[in-house]
Amino acid sequence: MLEQLYFAMEVFLNGLMAGVLYALVALGFVLIFKASGIFNYAQGVMALFSALTLVGIMDGQVPFSHIINATLGTDIHHFGWHVPALFAIFGTVIVMVLFAWIVQRYIFRHLVGQEPIILFMATIGLAYFLEGVGDLMWGSEIKKLDVGLPQGINDTIDQVTYEMFGYGFFIDNLDIVATVVAVLLVIGLVIFAQYSKEGRAMRAVADDHQAALSVGVSLNFIWIMVWSVAGFVALVAGIMWGTKSGVQFSLSLIALKALPVLMLGGFTSIPGAIVGGLIIGVGEKLFEFFMSSSALAGELFGFTISATENWFAYVLALIFLVFRPQGLFGEKIIERV
Amino acid sequence: MFYREAGDFKTSYTDDNQTFPIKFDRYRYYVVLAIAFGVIPFLINDYWANAFLLPFLIYSIAAIGLNILTGYCGQVSLGTGGFMAVGAYACYKLMTSFPDVNIFFHVIAAGGVTAIVCTAFGLPSLRIKGFYLAVATLAAQFFLVWLFNKVSWFYNYSASGQINAPERFVFGVPVTGANTDAWATYLFCLVFLTISAIIARNLTRGMQGRKWMAIRDMDIAAEIIGVNPMRAKLSAFAVSGFFIGISGALFFAVYLGAVEVGEVFGIQKSFLVLFMIIIGGLGSIFGSFAGAAFLVLLPVVLKLIGVDFLGWPTDIVAHFNLVIVGALIIIFLIAEPHGIAQLWRVAKEKLRLWPFPH
Repeated sequence: MLEQLYFAMEVFLNGLMAGVLYALVALGFVLIFKASGIFNYAQGVMALFSALTLVGIMDGQVPFSHIINATLGTDIHHFGWHVPALFAIFGTVIVMVLFAWIVQRYIFRHLVGQEPIILFMATIGLAYFLEGVGDLMWGSEIKKLDVGLPQGINDTIDQVTYEMFGYGFFIDNLDIVATVVAVLLVIGLVIFAQYSKEGRAMRAVADDHQAALSVGVSLNFIWIMVWSVAGFVALVAGIMWGTKSGVQFSLSLIALKALPVLMLGGFTSIPGAIVGGLIIGVGEKLFEFFMSSSALAGELFGFTISATENWFAYVLALIFLVFRPQGLFGEKIIERV
Repeated sequence: MFYREAGDFKTSYTDDNQTFPIKFDRYRYYVVLAIAFGVIPFLINDYWANAFLLPFLIYSIAAIGLNILTGYCGQVSLGTGGFMAVGAYACYKLMTSFPDVNIFFHVIAAGGVTAIVCTAFGLPSLRIKGFYLAVATLAAQFFLVWLFNKVSWFYNYSASGQINAPERFVFGVPVTGANTDAWATYLFCLVFLTISAIIARNLTRGMQGRKWMAIRDMDIAAEIIGVNPMRAKLSAFAVSGFFIGISGALFFAVYLGAVEVGEVFGIQKSFLVLFMIIIGGLGSIFGSFAGAAFLVLLPVVLKLIGVDFLGWPTDIVAHFNLVIVGALIIIFLIAEPHGIAQLWRVAKEKLRLWPFPH
């Protein structure tokens, strides 16, 4: 039984780490939603696209080389240089800012004042578009992303826990880095939103578009800025997930992981995204551990089930929503006719 | 010129309330039906049936179902793939458990089962709305697909985890299994589509449809004028589930014949059907047809142009398909939120006045 407890503790810790990664994706959603009321389904694809761009720049790939080769009959793939990770990240940020400008200028400027659900469907369209463009630009094969983050088991924790319990915990170094980065990112975002001029303008826009407009805040600029920041958050999430499991299509599915996090934490709250992410991360790992272990669920129910991670978060969020529709930290929904 | 109402006198309320009040429209409808039932079965071949006609017919039923829920009642659902899977697996279980009953009834019963499941997953809509609900329906999508993957009772404990449609006959002609003729499967699906469309059209014209639309436009106001929101929403889920279940059953039994649930009824299918009704037109039965035809034809046409004409590899064409679909969704939402159906309506209005618009 004690052994099961240690396992559970390890699962709990790993769940916390996974939850941080979910929260990282959810953060991008919350930023855009707060400032523009757009529920951005494309956030996951933005993470994929930014990771693809990062790898592409680092390896010196020629953009759209597949189409060029197919139409002109040439055989070009690489420029033949390698860019250091830091410069490549900088270049990717520029691409994401450009993307933010295009999205704002050509899509959402024309959809101002539409119903939220229409905007949501537009972002689904955007997700498809961006995924197609990403694949056409950089190719769709699985790529390795290595920006020099440490990976593998953390020996210190393994040793310390082994001495304490006689059982070494397996914690991935990358998860620890991700946690630190996520904490730094959140602190940075909060400071930015609370103390900088642009951050204040962003909160004003989130509060009331028209009032902000009337005191001279440029909505256009704020929205481009918010999409850029969301692009940056997507890049960070893309780097973490990309390092973990390679840059591939499934990266865009992390958006689907972030949705229940948002429902749980509330769409408008940054702390909500963090807490929701942690709850989901821990909850789904523990649930999976409990239900698939023959010593626990097998004893209790007489059967075990596995691979519950796909739906557990959703069902949890769904049950939760029935009792508290605005989420843990969301603003109360007030309706008038 | 066309669509002229002059001389088309209505002498009774029944005349006034018929589905196609304009004579030209009505004749066009009869002609379309006559061609679909009387001409196409003789011309059809396997390529056209599998590449375009069967998916078009089946997706149209699904699009009609989703359109009732999303277009008419305003409840966005991303669980269509999961509900189609319910229809497919219900049909499979019924086909294997009651082999003597005609498959026609199995398909309808599969629709009924899906209606019940869909209503159960619609319960949260009483508390939450908008994209909260859209996300909540994703729960149905993931849970149902997982369920059909993991619980082996659903696929009769087969080793591959797939379900295979056994051979079944209608009037002595095989419609499922390996030895089907294109015309038989086509007619089988067409019958279901025609009946579904007629039912859906009349439901949405009548009191129930008006209730749904009242809920869609503003649910609180609708409640105040006496629409019961619970009944209206849940009935929309039930009716929508019924049609989606039928389409899922046909998709499995008639079109594919063998199904692996994660591949066929994944979340991509939910989005595909949602895109069909956005492009075709939210809140329009004709739009469901138009959207289904458009999105079924698009990859076929792109493949013709890209692979056969330009000589590109297939994966590039597939990516282009994504880009074009995504761009079209955005363009339609910006420029014509009511989709192809609205373009059609505008064209009809123009034709009515043509050639003397003033």
